[in-house]
Order: sequence, then C-alpha cells, then structure tokens
Amino acid sequence: MKQQTQEIREELERRLAAGGCATRKELVELKLEYLGKGGKISALSKGMRDVPPEERPEAGRLLGELRGWAEEQFDTREQEFKRLELAAKVAGERIDVTMPAKFSAGGSVHPVTLVRRELEEIFSGMGFNIYEGPEIERDYYNFQALNIPADHPARDMQDTFFVGGEYLLRSQTSSGQIRVMEKQAPPIKILSPGRVYRSDSDATHSPMFHQMEGLVVDKNITLCDLKGILDEFARRMFTAETKTRFRPSYFPFTEPSVEVDLSCKNCGGKGCRICKGTGWIEVLGAGMVNRKVLANCGIDPDVYTGFAFGIGLERIAMIKYGIGDIRLLFENDVRFLRQFRD
Amino acid sequence: MKVPLSWLKDYVDVEIPVEELAQKLFSCGLEVEELVYVGQEIDRCVVGRIEKIVPHPDSDHLQICSLNCGAHGESIQIVTGAHNIAEGDLVPVALDGSSLHGGVKIKKGKLRGVESCGMLCSGEELGINGDLYDGADVNGILILHGDLVPGSDIKPVVGLDDYVLDIAVTANRSDCQSVYGIAREVAALLGKPLKPLALDYTPLSFSTADEVSVTVEAPDLCPRYIAHYVAELNNAPTPLWMRRRLALCGLRSIRNVVDITNFVLLEMGQPMHAFDLSHVAGKQIIVRRAKAGEKIVTLDEKEFTLTPENLVICDAEKPVALAGIMGGLNSEIEAETRGVLFECAKFERANVRRTSRALGQKSDSSARYEKGVDSYTTGIAINRALRLVQELGCGKIARDRFDVNAEETKPIVVETSVSAINALLGIEVPKEEIKRILTSLNFSVTSRGDALTVTAPAYREDIEGYPDIAEEVIRMYGYDRIEGTFLKNASSTMGGLTDAQKLEARAGSALRRQGYSEAITYSFISPRDYALLRIADEAKKAIRIVNPIGEDMSLMRTTLVPSLLDSAVRNVRRGNDAGRLYEFANIYLAKELPVTEQPEERRTLGIAVWGGAENFFTAKGAFEAFAAELGLQFSYAPAERPYLHPGKCAAVLLNGKEIGVLGELAPDLAEELSVEVPLYLGELDYAAAAEQADAAVHYVPLPAFPEVRRDLALLAEESVSCAEVEKVIAESCKYVTAVHLFDVYRGAQIGEGKKSMAFTVTFTPREKAISPEDADGYVRRIVKALGEKLGLSQR
Repeated sequence: MKQQTQEIREELERRLAAGGCATRKELVELKLEYLGKGGKISALSKGMRDVPPEERPEAGRLLGELRGWAEEQFDTREQEFKRLELAAKVAGERIDVTMPAKFSAGGSVHPVTLVRRELEEIFSGMGFNIYEGPEIERDYYNFQALNIPADHPARDMQDTFFVGGEYLLRSQTSSGQIRVMEKQAPPIKILSPGRVYRSDSDATHSPMFHQMEGLVVDKNITLCDLKGILDEFARRMFTAETKTRFRPSYFPFTEPSVEVDLSCKNCGGKGCRICKGTGWIEVLGAGMVNRKVLANCGIDPDVYTGFAFGIGLERIAMIKYGIGDIRLLFENDVRFLRQFRD
Repeated sequence: MKVPLSWLKDYVDVEIPVEELAQKLFSCGLEVEELVYVGQEIDRCVVGRIEKIVPHPDSDHLQICSLNCGAHGESIQIVTGAHNIAEGDLVPVALDGSSLHGGVKIKKGKLRGVESCGMLCSGEELGINGDLYDGADVNGILILHGDLVPGSDIKPVVGLDDYVLDIAVTANRSDCQSVYGIAREVAALLGKPLKPLALDYTPLSFSTADEVSVTVEAPDLCPRYIAHYVAELNNAPTPLWMRRRLALCGLRSIRNVVDITNFVLLEMGQPMHAFDLSHVAGKQIIVRRAKAGEKIVTLDEKEFTLTPENLVICDAEKPVALAGIMGGLNSEIEAETRGVLFECAKFERANVRRTSRALGQKSDSSARYEKGVDSYTTGIAINRALRLVQELGCGKIARDRFDVNAEETKPIVVETSVSAINALLGIEVPKEEIKRILTSLNFSVTSRGDALTVTAPAYREDIEGYPDIAEEVIRMYGYDRIEGTFLKNASSTMGGLTDAQKLEARAGSALRRQGYSEAITYSFISPRDYALLRIADEAKKAIRIVNPIGEDMSLMRTTLVPSLLDSAVRNVRRGNDAGRLYEFANIYLAKELPVTEQPEERRTLGIAVWGGAENFFTAKGAFEAFAAELGLQFSYAPAERPYLHPGKCAAVLLNGKEIGVLGELAPDLAEELSVEVPLYLGELDYAAAAEQADAAVHYVPLPAFPEVRRDLALLAEESVSCAEVEKVIAESCKYVTAVHLFDVYRGAQIGEGKKSMAFTVTFTPREKAISPEDADGYVRRIVKALGEKLGLSQR
C-alpha cells in the first residue's frame, strides 16, 4: 500500500508540475481522474479490503494522507485559476473616471431671499423678531402715522400706487413699524421684510422691490447704538473690513435722520467705478424714531427712544454679487437663478 | 438747486477750494450732486488783438488776420470767414489744440492754402449768450470790450470762470432752497460772518392803497399776502450782473421787473409775482378759492378749468393768477406796463401741491411753495425786490403796502438740556460746543446749568423738538464722531423666526431639494394675462391699481399661474430648454371692489416645470415633496382648467378639500406661445396647507419582524385609477403599509380598453412575524376585494 500511495503521489506531482494543467478544465478533469468516484485514489480505497487487518490502520493513514495532500494540491491550483480569471475580468473593466457624473442637482434660492435670510440671521442673533405686515396698506400706516400727512412733500420721495379708497401698495416696510408698536410695548426689536412698490422703473429701480425695516424701541437707545448695530451688519453682510458712514438726511419718521454709506468693497474705499470714485456706496436710510411716531403708537417719547433703519434687499444683493441691472432679479432666467445656491 | 459760487461769495467769504466746500456741505446734509466749473469746456482760448487784416488770395469771403495773443504769440495767423471785425478789435482766440463749447477741438490747419493757427470765436462757440456777456448774441465774432491784456485767459473775461454747485436740499430744509439760505449754512460751516442782504430802499409819497385794494377771502390757504405798488415802470435793461446770475441758474432774462422776481426767488427762496395793474379789473386783488368751472390761461398759454380746491388771485372779474404756481396771461408784464403790483405771499404748501398735481402745472415757484416758504422770508423778500427796483432804477416805489394777516409769527422755542441731547446721540458733546454750533446757525441759546432754552431762527419752521436740536448739533459736530455701541443699555430680547416663518423656509427647501429654483415675479399682472389663460372673467375680481405704470402691471394678481408661465416661456425662448421654478408669494383677494376694507393676502405656492425629461408625474413630485415636508397627504383627482391639458390636469386635495391644481399647459396654448417642450404648471393654496401642516417628527420604532413584499399584476379596465386600486388594497388588509405601482402595460395580449397594473405591496408585521402562508392569504383577500369592488383580476 505504501508503495502504491507513493506511486500515485509521484505521478500526480508530475502531472501537476509546470505545464501539467494549462486550463481550469484540464485541472477539473485531472481532479476527477484522481479524486472522482471512480478515480485512482478511490480505487485504492476499494483495495483496502485486500489489506491484512493488522496493516489496515497504517494503510488507512497513508491513504488519508494521500487524499488530503491531493485535495490541497487541487484546491491551491483552483484558487490560482480563480485569481487569474478575476484579474483578467477586472483588467477588462477599466472605466474613464473623468466622464460626467450622474446626480440630481439641487435647486437654488433667489438672491433677494439669500440676502433676506442673511439679514434675518444677523439680526435674530441680536434679539430681533421678524414681522411681516400687509402689502396692501392703509394710507395711515404707510404715511400718516409715520409723520407724513397728506400733501406732504416727503410723499414725492415715494411715488405710490393707489388701489382705491385709503388703500395703497405700501411704498416702504416702515408701515410694519407702526403695526408692531401699536400692539407691542417696548422693548421692541423687530425686522419687517417684504415687498414694496413704487412707480419707478429703470436699470436701478423696479416698481416692485424688497425692503427690510429694522426697529428698536427701548429706554436709553442712542444714535451710537444705531451705528453699532449697522457696523455689525456691514461686517457680517460684506467683509470684516467694511465700514459705515453716517451723513445727515431727512425722513419724516426719524429725527435725526441719516443716510448710511458702506465703504466700497470693490476698491476698499480708494474710489472706483462702482462707488463713482467716492469710496462709499449709499445703502440705507436710518435714524432715531421721531417722537411723533412713537406718540402716534401710544409709546411715551419722554420715556422711550428708538431707532429705525430701512434696507433695500435688491440693492444689497446687487452690491454683494455685482449684479448690474435690477431687472435681472425679476426675469427668473434659470441660468441666473441657478448661480445662487442654497 | 443751483448756486453759483460768485453769488455765494457776495454773502460769505469762501477762502477754501470749492471741492473742499462741497465736501463740507455734503457732511452737513447738503449734498452737492454736481459741481460744475462753468468754463469747463473751454481750454486754450485767450484774448487776442487783431493787428492786421488782409484778404485771402484765393477766396472772396475769407480774411487773413494777424493776432497779438501776448505770451502765446504776437503775430498768430488765423483765417476767418467773419466780417464783423476790424483791426484793433479784441476778440476771443481759440489757439491750436484748444477746446470749445460742445467738445469742439481746434487744430492748426490750412484754409484754401493759407495756414490758420487757430480760430476767432463767436459767443456761441464759447457757450455763452448775451446774458453772460454783452454782445455774445451777435452773429459773428464776439468783440470784447474794456481794457484787456492780449494773451490772458478768456474765461474770466466772459464770465466763465465760476462754479455752480447743484445742491440736493432735503424736504425739511425749505430754508435752504436759495442762495442766501445756502450762504447761511456755509457761514456756519466755515465760521465766517454772514453778510446781510441789502433790503433798504427809498419810498415815495404815494400809497399802494390809492391804486388797488387787496382782500384775502381764503386766509387758510394764504397765511400772508403782501402787495406793494411800483409806479412809472420803465424799460431800463436788466444789468449784466443780474442777467448773468439768472443765466447761471438756468433762467433767461425777460424784462427788468420779471427778472427781479426771479432773482429774489433764487436768492431768497421766496416766489414773487408782478401784475400789470392796468389789466387788473376794478383795481381789486382778491385771493379766493376758484369757482367751479372757472378758467384761467397761464403765462405759458395753457388753459385750466378750476375747482374750489384751487386758490386763485382775482381781480374784480376773473382770475389773474394761479396762486403760487403761475401768473395769468391776462395780467402779464409787458413793455408798455407802467403800474406794477408786486405780490409776495405765503401760500399753504399742501394746497399748492394738490393744485399743481391736479392740474399738472409746475413751476419754480410751486416747487418752492410745496416745500414750504416761511413767513419771515415772505416779510423781507418784498424789501429785497423793492431795493432791486431802486438799484435798477426801473420804477418808483410806493410808501406803503398791503400786508394781510401779517401777524407776528411766534418764534419756535425748544426747552431741552445738554443731557437730553447727548442721551439721544450717545456721545458727550460739551455744552460750550453745543452753544457754539447753535449760535453759528443763528439759534439763540440761553442756558442754566444743564438746561437749554433754544430759540430757532425765524426761517427754521422745521424745528419741532429737542431731536431737531440734536440733529443740528451732530451734523455740525460731525457724524464721524458717533462711535458704534452695541445696544449697551437696552433690554435683552429673544429673537428669531416664528414657527410659521420656519415652516415656509422648510417648504422652500423641500422644493429646492427637488431641483427647483426660487423665482420672484411681480405682484401685478395684466388683464391680458387672464385673457391668455381664458379666465378673463377672473380679472374682474382682481384689485386694480388706480395709477399703474401701464396696463401690463395694473392688476394685483389673484393667481400666480400667469407670472410663472411668463417666466417659463421667457426661459424657453432664451434657449433654456429645461427648468424648474417655484415661488411663494401672496395673491390678493378683495372682499369687495372697489376696495373698502383690508384685502386678504393669501400665501400661495406656484410652480412651473418644463423640459424634455419632464412629465406630469415629475411635476407632481414637487407637490409630493412639499406634502412630505409638511407632514401632509395630498390626493389627486382629474380636473379641468381652461389653460391646462384636459387629460393631464389634476385637482390637488387635502382632506377632501381642493387646495390646488396641477397640469400640462394646454396644447393649443403651447402652440400659441411657441412652446415645444412639455410644460407643467401648478398652484397651491399654501396658507391652507400650512394650517394643516404637521412638521414635527413622529418617531416610529423599527418593526421587530421582517417586512414581507409581494408583487401583484392586475388586469383592469382602463377607467380604473391607480388611486382606487391603492385604496382597496390598503383597506383590505391591516398589515399593508405601502402600495407602490411599478408598471403599467397595455397591449394586444391584454385586449382593447384594458391595462395591466403591477403593484408591490408591503406588509409590516405587528405582534408576530408574517409567514409566507399568511402573506399568500392576505394577497388572496386583496385580490378578492379588488375583483368585487373594481372588477380586477390577477394575471
């Protein structure tokens, strides 16, 4: 038996040696020839009957050893064939990784909304709430309560659309000031954003645009506080270097009133085409709330002071993104809109 | 408002460069919008003396001149076509390389073979007329007069060496609408004395009352009316100095008396008028409301029909002037006018404004009255006019005048304190500084400790309270001294968005995740937009703007559809062949028309989707994504809209109530608009959706046993809808948690009018696992129910 197993092992070693099995098919056939049901090793097992009983354990051990060895040989070579086949398959699967990706692009948010959102974030962090008043307003809220009586020349500053009776399309979000102050006692810190309307249409004026009114009413509010708040707004909305400048102006609902300029971010204040060489860009109007306006809303002007400011959202968007014509903001060309990612 | 620097210098010494002056005015609230050097166009143009004139050898009309231009050349040869010149004349010479009015450049050249080293100039070529320089209107070369040095710059000679400051005056500062008003500010800014106006004159012995009577019947609209008679008016020419100032401010000289009224208007901001008394019937001046239907023809020959809203100046018979706006043609000053009545009045500003608007008639006068003219100035401007009459020697001045309602106006006194002013400003302006600033602005100030009593100058009718005083202080002290503080004394408040505001932000975000871009469209649309969508009747419900920019923007929209369609179509026309737009905006719903109570502004969502890859179901995805974000379940039912495809249109339902619509643009409308890609429109009542929204997160534990899925292929009549099948499936077994249609097949094997629908049904176990046998049982039950209720069979 020992000799037989030795012979088979040597024969198999020879046949498995280099060039012995070129293909996986040949290997499977060879495996069948030795380990299959009628294979050579199985035939040897059948010969166990003829082995004298006392030699059987040793013969069985030798046979088991041979079988184990043969199986291991075949397994190793099979694994090798599998590895080669996979490698060949993978080698054929090379792709051009620079081809375009497939994905669904998200949408975009309107630049005016982007600005509005940013303002809301800046100011809500300072304790401001957001109040949205009606767009179709009574003359009282848009003008009279703001110290702009009928036939006041200040009405010329805002060419107003009327819709009948005492109703008009609000020309400023300042109307929201009054509605809040009527209902709420100080301390008040609100922003009132929304659509406003003026009869004006060209590259820098749109008959409909957006404003955001800010209002603070409390004890001991000063012009310096207004400056501090707006400085912070300028730094956050634009750059940390952006400065604000106050200069005297006139609005019937504030006294003193100021026009607020920002240092031109394009030239850093040196003067350029965008700021018309002045180094400053006019962005908003503001001031200390007029005593009459407080009194109109039942707030004692001897106890409380406050400030208000009005920001044009389109104007900020145009400055921030370098948009040259306000009309682009309302054409809704998707090539324009898609540039303003969420 | 235009202010010539030379005029300003009559009243205050300006020793700083004009640019610096403009900067100072800007920082105190008077923005110089434009600073114009009057001679800015003229360069290298000098005085030249014609030494010699000889005829041109090859021309009948040209002459060759030799000019002495001093340092620029003592014998400069210039060829000219003009003939109003003589040897010895002083003329303006444009040298080689010079610039003239209108950007004309002069270069050395040859005229018919003879070299010409420049040009002799006419007044027009220098951009001047007879009001700026006597003789400048002459057709030909401007002959200069006086003793001039050849070679000297022409600009000072012809009055072009001057600046005009165009200043924007805010609506509250009516006192600054004049040269003298600006001079007052400049004096305060520069710390220089303000020179007084010359107001004195020598009256004669006759009385105005002998010539005319004056009655003010509408004192509410005419708080002060001064009338002063000037006799024996002559036609003395207006002197150059006056004409020149009028010209620099853009006014032409007309005749002496009219020029004086215009001069006073510019110098003092007080509009004046002069009537030819010979045309004033009954020697009466009556200031009254117009009678309904009364007519007047103004100086510019426009006729107006009046109402009692309009204030007029009348004689015994008829209106002779539209108060504060313009005189009547019937009492115009003419060459023959001898007796003149000067009017210097204060008219109520709101009324002037109303009348001016209503009639569409404006003037320099009405512009000033609209902003307000103060009674103090009214009282002294008449003196200034009479003084000018005397200076010009153009008439004889009556000894007295009518001054109706000339009651002393009470000075405005503000009781305040240094601490109150500084509390508003937030900085500490020293008391002495406050007093100095206010005094420089002609306020009188008395103080007692912290307390201040401030009396405003008579011309400052805008001063109301201590904040006005604080503003005067800070605009002079300098806004750059305001240091930012961060609400250092204010109470803390909680800020942030309300839940409703956050919900809308989330809804928008859900749409953007579906690839939608946010659009913003105008709130007003056109009646034609409604007609285009064949819902013309809807337009009748829309709120109409009384004074729209145009018919295209005349209606407050009651639907977002037209606006989004318009945006989509514009995109398609520009070659943007696919896109998804959404907008959250209000629609405007009147409770009744015309509007008498607050209309409803209803938050609405609109979408427009177009492109080759889009279909009804991709569009529907927007509403489903929206519903999912808000925790809502929408259902859809076939519907019709005149502007949508009748077979591809759905009503969107929330709890059985219709809250929106979605569909494909009607094919014929698409053709009309030349839209060749599929285009879908949707609109949703956001307010109604938001009301029911449940945006909170409701966590459900994961199932303890695996879910079981079964696919069902069902044969159905064409009329059976997916929703019906889903409903029956869901109702037939309590373990069904999802029903998803994944295929619809139509074909010959199935038969005409039928379709095969393939669903995946998900069963979610509860107490115990679902075995394959259990699932088979549920499927049998479902199929049975589908057969009974909808006539479906399993394939």
